[in-house]
Amino acid sequence: MGLTMENALFELLLRAFLLIFSFDLEVLNITLLSLKVSGTAVLIGALIGVPIGMILGLRRFSGKQILMRLIDLTLRSIINTFMGLPPVVVGLVVYLLLVGSGPLGPLGLLYSPTAMIITQLIMVIPIITGVTMSAVGSVEKTIREKALSLGATERQAAWIVLREARMGMLTAIIVAFGAAISEVGGIMITGGNIRWHTQTLTTAIVQEVNLGEFNKAITLGVILLSMAFAINLALTIIQLRGLKR
Amino acid sequence: MPFIETQSLCKQYSGKQVLKNISFKVQDGEIFVLVGPNGAGKTTLLRILDLLEEPSSGSVLFDGTQLNYHSADHRLNLRRRIGMVFQQTVLFNTSVFDNVAYGLKVRGESDKSAKQKVKETLELVQLRGFEQKNALALSGGEAQRVALAQALVIEPELLLLDEPTANLDPRNVSIVEEALSRVNREKKTTMIMATHNMLQAENLAQRVAAFDEGRIERIGTFHEIFEAPSKFLMDFARLENVFSGVSKVTGEGTSLVDIGDGVQIETAFGKAGNITVFVRPEDIILSANPIVSSARNSFEGRIVEVSDLGAVVRVRIRVEAGRDFMVQITKRSFNDLQLNIDSRVFLAFKASSVQTL
Repeated sequence: MGLTMENALFELLLRAFLLIFSFDLEVLNITLLSLKVSGTAVLIGALIGVPIGMILGLRRFSGKQILMRLIDLTLRSIINTFMGLPPVVVGLVVYLLLVGSGPLGPLGLLYSPTAMIITQLIMVIPIITGVTMSAVGSVEKTIREKALSLGATERQAAWIVLREARMGMLTAIIVAFGAAISEVGGIMITGGNIRWHTQTLTTAIVQEVNLGEFNKAITLGVILLSMAFAINLALTIIQLRGLKR
Repeated sequence: MPFIETQSLCKQYSGKQVLKNISFKVQDGEIFVLVGPNGAGKTTLLRILDLLEEPSSGSVLFDGTQLNYHSADHRLNLRRRIGMVFQQTVLFNTSVFDNVAYGLKVRGESDKSAKQKVKETLELVQLRGFEQKNALALSGGEAQRVALAQALVIEPELLLLDEPTANLDPRNVSIVEEALSRVNREKKTTMIMATHNMLQAENLAQRVAAFDEGRIERIGTFHEIFEAPSKFLMDFARLENVFSGVSKVTGEGTSLVDIGDGVQIETAFGKAGNITVFVRPEDIILSANPIVSSARNSFEGRIVEVSDLGAVVRVRIRVEAGRDFMVQITKRSFNDLQLNIDSRVFLAFKASSVQTL
């Protein structure tokens, strides 16, 4: 009995690997779409989140500016809460906005890659902002004072604080990409998991499992993992190099 | 005119008084050392002098100009005349060269002259050839020497040092001290340094300010401060039996230190002039009868105070001339000798047990 189970598992894995190297066009399409959706979301997310995180990380409010401190505190709390935003909830909100009768319905974006990018963008902005903010904040005091004591102007000091936090910003992007590429609930709702159109690695795995097509599901899982590994490896190498230089 | 003068500086943080009425003057080219336990306010004072923090009240005069903590231009202009080495080593994640050149770059110095100055300064802290290494890959001692080079390369008129050799091994400590005294000698740089290291205070300082709980307890030369050490200084340095006096070298290469009131202490080292010496309480032998031994120092006195510390007892003995010695013996010896307050005792210690501060 045990032997047959093992044989079955081995056969599944073998078929999965054969499928990867058979250059199945549909699998290729699914993989590229995953990369495109998550990559675009993280890229735009970084363009928005990194500057906001920098500003919040650098900002210090003195005792007298009570209103500013209150706003600052609220903003930070919101970002921290949104860092753990459930993707399904984001998917639901974006769906309600884009659905035919919704406020953005006339744009006709629902069930398109664009809708999926918007969903993941909303998810990754707080992550990138939050991690950047804490990376800048963690070196802000010591590096700023060091630079000032060496004769830097406030502007020169702020610049070197950001430079010292650069590895933290890269971490923000790695974390955000990891969250985006493995996300399934949100893009399932707003993309609709349509074959050849809005199907990504994660949503396709869900579908193949439902259909009992385990070898295909495993193939997609292996591709997803290898891709995440390759991208993280590249970013980690950059990070380590940055530490040495 | 003094180079640096503080007038009744006070600083409080959320109700806690960290500095209380700090007033002192430092002359141009002087090395002024702040000693005192952690939390005494030394770091806060240095940060106020570097314009990183504003005093709650009082003022600081720098070369005749009163420090203005509210004008960004004023802060920048004065900070550019001051160098600071922080207790916690902070370096930028880049090469040693870029780290040291930073202060020159922000001043708009040309690459060529920066290169020459960085080279000279790295030689001063004995880090020649380290230019291209990453600063974050250095050992603790090397990193602190880079931090010192960062502050020295800009040729500051005032150098502030916050325990620059804390956590360094003896070799790194001596490199740092050597660099500091050379800079002070050759460039007449005024220095204000906080330290825990008494030996360093004695070696480098022209004058010392003893800090405790935000107050300056005493200001003077190292020997003036230790001539009649206060209880606080004793506690801080954990020293007992500290005596200052004039030392004369004997024919045998030892010294006789006259600590006043006709009391002389023989030491195993030959050092002449004003010195401060101490004997550890556990190095002194106590006896109920006159002691005949090889110990070069022996005195007769009466017990004036006994403190029971559990397994050991500390006994304060007043010798004939009115000088007190603290002696530590085991409780068992204390009981065996049947000692009590006002008992007549004899004490002895070897010349080699006498140490200099």
